[in-house]
Amino acid sequence: MEKESRLIEIFYRSLYRIRRVEEEIVAVYPTDKIKSPVHLSIGQEFVSVGVCEALRPSDAVFGTYRGHALYLAKGGDLRKMIAELYGKQTGCAKGKGGSMHLADAAHGVMGTSAIVGTTIPVSVGYAYALKLKRADSVAVCFFGDGAVDEGNFHESLNFAALKNTPVLFVCENNFYAIHSHHLTRHHSDNLCERARAYGMPAVRIEGGDVFKVYDVARDHIERMRRGESGPVFLEVITCRWKEHVGPGEDFHLGYREEQEVACWIKGDQVPRVRGMLDEQICRIIENEVEQEISKAFRFAEESRFPEAAELYKDLYKE
Amino acid sequence: MERTLSYSEALREALEQEMAADPTVVLFGLGVDDPKAILGTTKGLLERFGQERVFDTPLAEDGMTGAAIGMALAGLRPVHVHIRMDFLLLAMNQIINMAAKMHYMFGGDLYAPLVIRSMIGKSWGQGPQHSQSIYPLFMNVPGLKIVAPTTPYDAKGCMVQAIRDNNPVLYIEHRHLYYQKGYVPDHLYTVPFGKARVLNPGDDITLVGVSQMAVECLRAARHLEEIGIKAEVIDPVSLYPLDIETISASAVRTGHLIIVDNSWMTCGAGSEILAVLAERGLLKKIDVRRMGFAHTACPTTPTLEAHFYPDAGKIAVSAHDMLSPGKRWSPAGELHREEVEFKGPF
Ligand SMILES: Cc1ncc(C[n+]2csc(CCOP(=O)(O)OP(=O)(O)O)c2C)c(N)n1
Ligand SMILES: [Mg+2]
Repeated sequence: MEKESRLIEIFYRSLYRIRRVEEEIVAVYPTDKIKSPVHLSIGQEFVSVGVCEALRPSDAVFGTYRGHALYLAKGGDLRKMIAELYGKQTGCAKGKGGSMHLADAAHGVMGTSAIVGTTIPVSVGYAYALKLKRADSVAVCFFGDGAVDEGNFHESLNFAALKNTPVLFVCENNFYAIHSHHLTRHHSDNLCERARAYGMPAVRIEGGDVFKVYDVARDHIERMRRGESGPVFLEVITCRWKEHVGPGEDFHLGYREEQEVACWIKGDQVPRVRGMLDEQICRIIENEVEQEISKAFRFAEESRFPEAAELYKDLYKE
Repeated sequence: MERTLSYSEALREALEQEMAADPTVVLFGLGVDDPKAILGTTKGLLERFGQERVFDTPLAEDGMTGAAIGMALAGLRPVHVHIRMDFLLLAMNQIINMAAKMHYMFGGDLYAPLVIRSMIGKSWGQGPQHSQSIYPLFMNVPGLKIVAPTTPYDAKGCMVQAIRDNNPVLYIEHRHLYYQKGYVPDHLYTVPFGKARVLNPGDDITLVGVSQMAVECLRAARHLEEIGIKAEVIDPVSLYPLDIETISASAVRTGHLIIVDNSWMTCGAGSEILAVLAERGLLKKIDVRRMGFAHTACPTTPTLEAHFYPDAGKIAVSAHDMLSPGKRWSPAGELHREEVEFKGPF
């Protein structure tokens, strides 16, 4: 599909920004300033970007501990995210959550959880409420191929279909749950068939094309907004470039071939989308993003740690 | 010379030797065959015993617990591993509604020998969902046995005992204990449940610490020793059955008792111990305090986390304050941290 250049610029900015933020996290990590586990999305950014560009601020997203890309793609505040990783009072969770627990309700980021599969039913309930409120918003839940193993996944898809709730399930299939391959945990490669069996359309997107993700997501989301569609399941094939948790690579562990990742690096969406734009425009975007990132890290560095009195705050809502 | 092993080596050796001795033992859970081998505790076991007896599982905590119960009913002795105790929350249904009830509910006709290993996380941003230590929830449930060994010696002996026990046993580990080293015999042996271990003898005050808090209590005892206070440090080792006699006898002798839970204090081990002592009319003679996690979720940032956990310094100060009320003191200089400090990314 032909894309107007304005749209391509938006995609490029978002892809470049997320990539560069995470590269900065990798660079800072050895200083131990980020005393929080980091599950990087490097290589998988196109999934969040493709889907979130089809969303409005009023739509809600739910995610996992691998949530940096989702938070940023949906409009989460970058400064607050970096401050959160640094454990500072100015972080999106005042330092109480860290990298695995990002939220920005004002931008529809409704939380990321470190317990696999836990946000899936929550997104379904949220979508049910949207339906009751006759809102034209949708809920989107992002999770990995490991979450599909959990009972929660199955219970949630069943209920979502039963109540015809406007929720898009986005399974980022990077083939591994930590170091366990999808086919050592599942009898066959049939995630979409499972979703269909619960009563919803399911689409598998291969090839890592950010625009393909966008087109498919947008079509389904627009139908949901018009009340013409209930839940939909997307399986997006992707690849985690880095180790499961931490800033490094993990080929020395021997559970996967370097080759598996190499072909994804070749198809990387960041340079691909860049190539669709004028050099001039790219430079401007990159400059702006770099400035924003260095400001965000400076903000995090200069912010103060929470005081002891913060320990008991926010346990209950006043 | 005494043979020294780390906690994780001791655990691995217990599994390996007992699996070699008893072909009905099977070991499974997320990551048991992983290159990191559950911090080394399952290393080499797949190679030695094969994938029928050692296997990775799908992410399905409740389902796999139910499957473990089924295996146990059919004569196997399953060991199910969880790399965080928080994940047990997904298996509560099978643990409490099924495993804990299996023998009683069927009038003794059935039984389910089953070991559930889980690890408590701490620091480096483990945060609210990866640092929970929920043994108090389980202490409330009849039909379960619960052990939380602290020393490498007990880690091995309790694991062998847990596998041989004919009931569901929760075996609780702590990530910071993994690097602790200590004497471990090379043969198979068991450590009986329901017997507390005195880690350090003393006459002035009794410190009881659960799991890694026993190590903090030992460090506190060293601080106190420097000012002439002799603290007796007791590791309950098993939380159910709980050896109240050893604790009670020590507390009556010293007249001062601090119980440091490795969890929130409400309805914790401390509450339980004090309730029993109160029922026995002993609290008139003993000064008591409880310590434990701050009653809030565990914050990720280190500055707040420092206020969340009890540690050797806080325990020592509290002990000193009980013995010399009104006099201020805090341990000087370096805190004793002989363990290899745990560092991220996880
Ligand atoms: C209920 C639960 N079980 C186990 C874990 C430990 N764990 C953390 S991440 C992970 C792998 C999940 O894989 P996947 O869903 O594919 O997501 P990915 O990491 O690939 O993004 C596991 C098993 C957990 N966090 N929660
Ligand atoms: Mg995965």
